Amino acid sequence: MRKNTMFRRLFAVLLLLSALLLLPGCDMLAGNEEDADDADTLYLYNWGDYIDDAVIEQFEEETGIHVIKDEYDTNESMYPRVAEGAESYDVICPSDYMIDKMRQNGLLQPLDFEAMPNARAYIGQAYYKQSQAFDPDNAYSVPYCWGTVGILYNAKMVDEPVDSWTILWNPKYRGSILMQDSARDAMMVALRVLGYSMNTTDEGELKEARDLLIAEKPLVQAYGIDDIRDKLASGEAALGVIFSGEAIGLMEANPDLRFVPAPKEGTNVWIDSWVIPKNARHKENAEKFIDFLCRPDIAAKNFEFLGYSMPNTALEELVADDMDDGARAIAFPDESIFEGQETYRYLGEAMDKLYTRLWLQVKVE
Amino acid sequence: MQKNKSLARLFVVPFGLWATIFIVLPLFFVLYSGLSDGAGHLTLANLSEIAAWEYAKSLLLSIGLALLSTAVCLALAYPLVLILRRVRYGRGAWIFVLFLLPLWMNSLLTTMAWQTILETHGVLNTLLTALGFSPVAWINTPAAIVIGMVYNFLPYMVLPLYVSVTRIDPSVIDAARDLGASFWQALRRVILPLSMPGIVSGCTMVFIPALTTFVISALLGGNKIMLIGNIIEQEFTAAYDWQIGSALSMVLMVFILLNLLLEVFSDSEGKGARQ
Repeated sequence: MRKNTMFRRLFAVLLLLSALLLLPGCDMLAGNEEDADDADTLYLYNWGDYIDDAVIEQFEEETGIHVIKDEYDTNESMYPRVAEGAESYDVICPSDYMIDKMRQNGLLQPLDFEAMPNARAYIGQAYYKQSQAFDPDNAYSVPYCWGTVGILYNAKMVDEPVDSWTILWNPKYRGSILMQDSARDAMMVALRVLGYSMNTTDEGELKEARDLLIAEKPLVQAYGIDDIRDKLASGEAALGVIFSGEAIGLMEANPDLRFVPAPKEGTNVWIDSWVIPKNARHKENAEKFIDFLCRPDIAAKNFEFLGYSMPNTALEELVADDMDDGARAIAFPDESIFEGQETYRYLGEAMDKLYTRLWLQVKVE
Repeated sequence: MQKNKSLARLFVVPFGLWATIFIVLPLFFVLYSGLSDGAGHLTLANLSEIAAWEYAKSLLLSIGLALLSTAVCLALAYPLVLILRRVRYGRGAWIFVLFLLPLWMNSLLTTMAWQTILETHGVLNTLLTALGFSPVAWINTPAAIVIGMVYNFLPYMVLPLYVSVTRIDPSVIDAARDLGASFWQALRRVILPLSMPGIVSGCTMVFIPALTTFVISALLGGNKIMLIGNIIEQEFTAAYDWQIGSALSMVLMVFILLNLLLEVFSDSEGKGARQ
């Protein structure tokens, strides 16, 4: 008898557990213990390690707004969570083309720049202008970090001047070239070498770019993302396509490395900006947060934590003392670097698929 | 009686729940997204994509490299277990432990270690240069991937082989030798057929992870060599095309099922040989 009740109890517990697992509201268990309607809350959805935690603490102290942080590692994994409305975040930091996609699909709401005086005062006009590629009226986004895609090379292994993407097709460097393992970034290099736009939707141009990348493949040591950094720092490779923000740290680690932020055929200027999704429940808090991040002293803290270039015009003066000239030239280039440079736009789902497909064809070749 | 039966049923509940939530439901989800377009209509278009050159090529390459790794594992493991059959304890146990050692370490770490060994300026080439040979391009070749697979999956070959070979009654082999069979004849006519179940299950246990791996090929192939596992991973992460990713997974599952069927059939043959 006693045994029987024990098993019945066990059964009940198991049933309850399974019911809980199947409940759609699993997030309640996952740690969002705060009351969702709390007015003093801000739901932040950001790249992993893309903000100094001390900055968030300072914001909480100064405003009394409690920040709940979630992180993503690619634009692509962030998008469906916002698009499907599974979570209602208040402020997100996507990249250029993804902002374009979210804007076109009606997922964003216009920002109130009156409520963000710092965003007006300290973010340089050049960055707003470059943002018009994905946000034509500058209505939806405030730039946070930016950079270019360039060539990092080892001066001990490359003795000629580097100013063009075409060096990545030079057979002299067979087995010592590292390319980005991403459809848009890899195609961008080939498209610029051919003189085409990196936002092209012309299938013929794209196929030419694919063939150019296939021709390069025997010279390439590896297609990588994070591992490119280690291989360049350790001297395993001579040349690599890399983001400007990463170049500074690598040049400190290995003094033989030199960086070309914008090869002469033109390169991609990427911008990660703050946006507020349509289903945000704390828009005012989000604007306070964006404005806070535009404050020069706060931008300086984030810059020292991240090392990426930032569009804050008062920043260079605050941090320049800690930097050598080489790093300073990369982090704060002359605004003329923007001239003629393109920023990725969202090209639609069919084009996304075509880019991915052509890139796959390069990689299986 | 009645009570016992309901008790037995109760014991099934934990695994039943586990299987439903973590095996059946996800499989159903894969089937559904593999057989539907983005809008939820059923279609076979995703499945037919496997005929496209880039997918078919990587599937063939995956099958080829997986077969090669399986063959190398078998060639390494069989002589080993023949030796282990004689020295079961003491020294033998140490050899056995050495071969199982890769299982105790995280496979990601061991594969990264292989990366360091095989790199252009890695351990192996430094050694070769020091000995006066010219360095060899190991990394980012199919050979590097096969080395990584063999290292990671060899224990899965050794274990079932060891079990089946040590189970063979020594008197059967003695009888063969007494009747005039040479060592090789005894091996071919007696030991090999009797260890067939172990060979088949070892091959299955190596072939399946080798066919589906994407970590080993990504780390040791420099993303220049795309196995079907890498493509599926890319479809789910970078391309965010769950439909194609699921459809490719289904095609891969067919090959795994074929492999398992092979094991089921040869196992019954193995039993026949024992009788």
